[in-house]
Amino acid sequence: MTEALIPDTYSSEPAVDIADVMQKLAEHKGCGTEGGSGKASCGSSAGPADMPEEIWEKVKNHPCYSEEAHHHYARMHVAVAPACNIQCNYCNRKYDCANESRPGVVSERLTPEQASKKVLAVASTIPQMTVLGIAGPGDPLANPGKTFETFRLISEVAPDIKLCLSTNGLALPDWVDEIAKYKVDHVTITINMVDPEVGQHIYPWIFWENKRLQGYEAAKILTERQLLGLEMLTERGILAKINSVMIPGINDKHLVEVNKAVKSRGAFLHNIMPLISAPEHGTVFGLNGQRGPTAQELKALQDECEGDMNMMRHCRQCRADAVGLLGEDRSAEFTTDKIMAMEVNYDAEGRKAYQQAVEAERQAKVEAKKSELDGLDAAGDMKILVAVATKGHGIINEHFGHAKEFQIYELSAKGAKFVGHRRVDLYCKGGYGEEDALDTVIKAINDCHAVFVAKIGGCPKADLTAAGIEPIDAYAHEFIEQSALAWFKGYLAKVEAGEIVHTERGDAAIRQGALLSQAS
Amino acid sequence: MAYKIVASQCTNCTACEALCPNLAISEAKGTFVIDPAKCTECIGHFDTPQCVAICPVDDTCVVDAVYPRYQA
Ligand code: SF4
Ligand code: SF4
Repeated sequence: MTEALIPDTYSSEPAVDIADVMQKLAEHKGCGTEGGSGKASCGSSAGPADMPEEIWEKVKNHPCYSEEAHHHYARMHVAVAPACNIQCNYCNRKYDCANESRPGVVSERLTPEQASKKVLAVASTIPQMTVLGIAGPGDPLANPGKTFETFRLISEVAPDIKLCLSTNGLALPDWVDEIAKYKVDHVTITINMVDPEVGQHIYPWIFWENKRLQGYEAAKILTERQLLGLEMLTERGILAKINSVMIPGINDKHLVEVNKAVKSRGAFLHNIMPLISAPEHGTVFGLNGQRGPTAQELKALQDECEGDMNMMRHCRQCRADAVGLLGEDRSAEFTTDKIMAMEVNYDAEGRKAYQQAVEAERQAKVEAKKSELDGLDAAGDMKILVAVATKGHGIINEHFGHAKEFQIYELSAKGAKFVGHRRVDLYCKGGYGEEDALDTVIKAINDCHAVFVAKIGGCPKADLTAAGIEPIDAYAHEFIEQSALAWFKGYLAKVEAGEIVHTERGDAAIRQGALLSQAS
Repeated sequence: MAYKIVASQCTNCTACEALCPNLAISEAKGTFVIDPAKCTECIGHFDTPQCVAICPVDDTCVVDAVYPRYQA
């Protein structure tokens, strides 16, 4: 369908079937969560109740920040910034960086003109596209000319598109005023440490004042610049999100300190991501055998930090040139050749109408799922995890065998809370070698008591049961949280009646390997 | 001497191009190249060759011994 994609989906003679586009969107493998305890939620269990109004206003439709928004709205990144000013041990500039959402620099590079045309083409084709990010392939602020020219071109034609950028922070203080000028309202800073002793094991060098600096000295300047940049953003009312890569044995314990440091300087969200590391990535960490965290280690750290601020759990570490709703990527439809051949009519009115319809749907869903919390007291301190196969929209609507990822919910006396997702796609390209798909899934959700699916075959059913994970298809096509809680109450009743004994589950593995653009 | 870029190693990240004080670096046939006639090894501008300092791939911007050392 790529050739047929005509940007203006509202024109009277669309060469592309709008229903087809919408079907594609509906099929996306995103997370359809409604957030924690019966409220629309952002980034974690936190939502409007514990987030200042003005921040909620800014983030509620941002697919990267609001776990609820990200199956209604889409973001795209354009790769206009190839140069970088630091080196990280989890990055090999030749290839896609799995940790910082960057494609390798060998991937397609766009000029600001090409990038802005691409953005307008996508925005006109996909009315959900509300956010444009520049995240690389290098550091946007090491390419300030290209980055800000791209923002300028887009803001001229499409002022309704939100602009955001991700940076390592080294150059940030120099560009905060420019960032404010283009009304960039979200800046992500990757902060992996606030102590140079720790930092020297993560960053081999930085390029600073026309010199390459190494070790402690380099890490010291980097952390000072990052925190200064964060403070300057906060002063100007620009939202700052912090990304941290959790590297076991290097900064895992230290990230609690990072969390405090960034929170006290006004960061509104902290996203702790697992290190993705494998020898074939050719990174320092990949080659020296540095492992990533297990699912349990990651969740424990996120839980520990959550007391202090909003944590973001749904981040899929997507690529800097990704297009689409989180968890899907339609970038192949928008290659440079195709875009340059397109005629783009930016349809602001049509986009607005679409977005209003989406808002109404979101409201209805929040209303529809109230209650269900009664009778959970029996859970006491018990917390269990369940996995859900979903294509989005907050509904259990995916077949077990088709699922590319499972959403993980924590069930407790407080209700059902979305705590993350486990990808099970690409198992053969990832880290699990030749094992079959079912083993991969079981490893990925091994910490769950149950898995909710729309449908499941007999064999996997038996194998899951043998592994201690209850497969449940009784709630097919129903709302996730209501179903999970209904099941949970039944579970509690059985435990109380002595029919079953509650046991803790083991740990689970985090799939290694980048989210590839042409993931299939 | 001048510096040269080992084409097979270059990632095309463009970082060196913007830093060269002599505008000696440009893109050619999908990779970056240094014009030896313009390269001064950064002498007179910086303590270290800028292309070497910024290049993300070690041993990619290297001395090209074919040329005599630059005389400031
Ligand atoms: S050594 Fe200096 S002058 Fe020569 S190409 Fe590199 S940056 Fe330019
Ligand atoms: S800095 Fe290195 S990798 Fe980047 S373009 Fe220059 S020579 Fe190539």
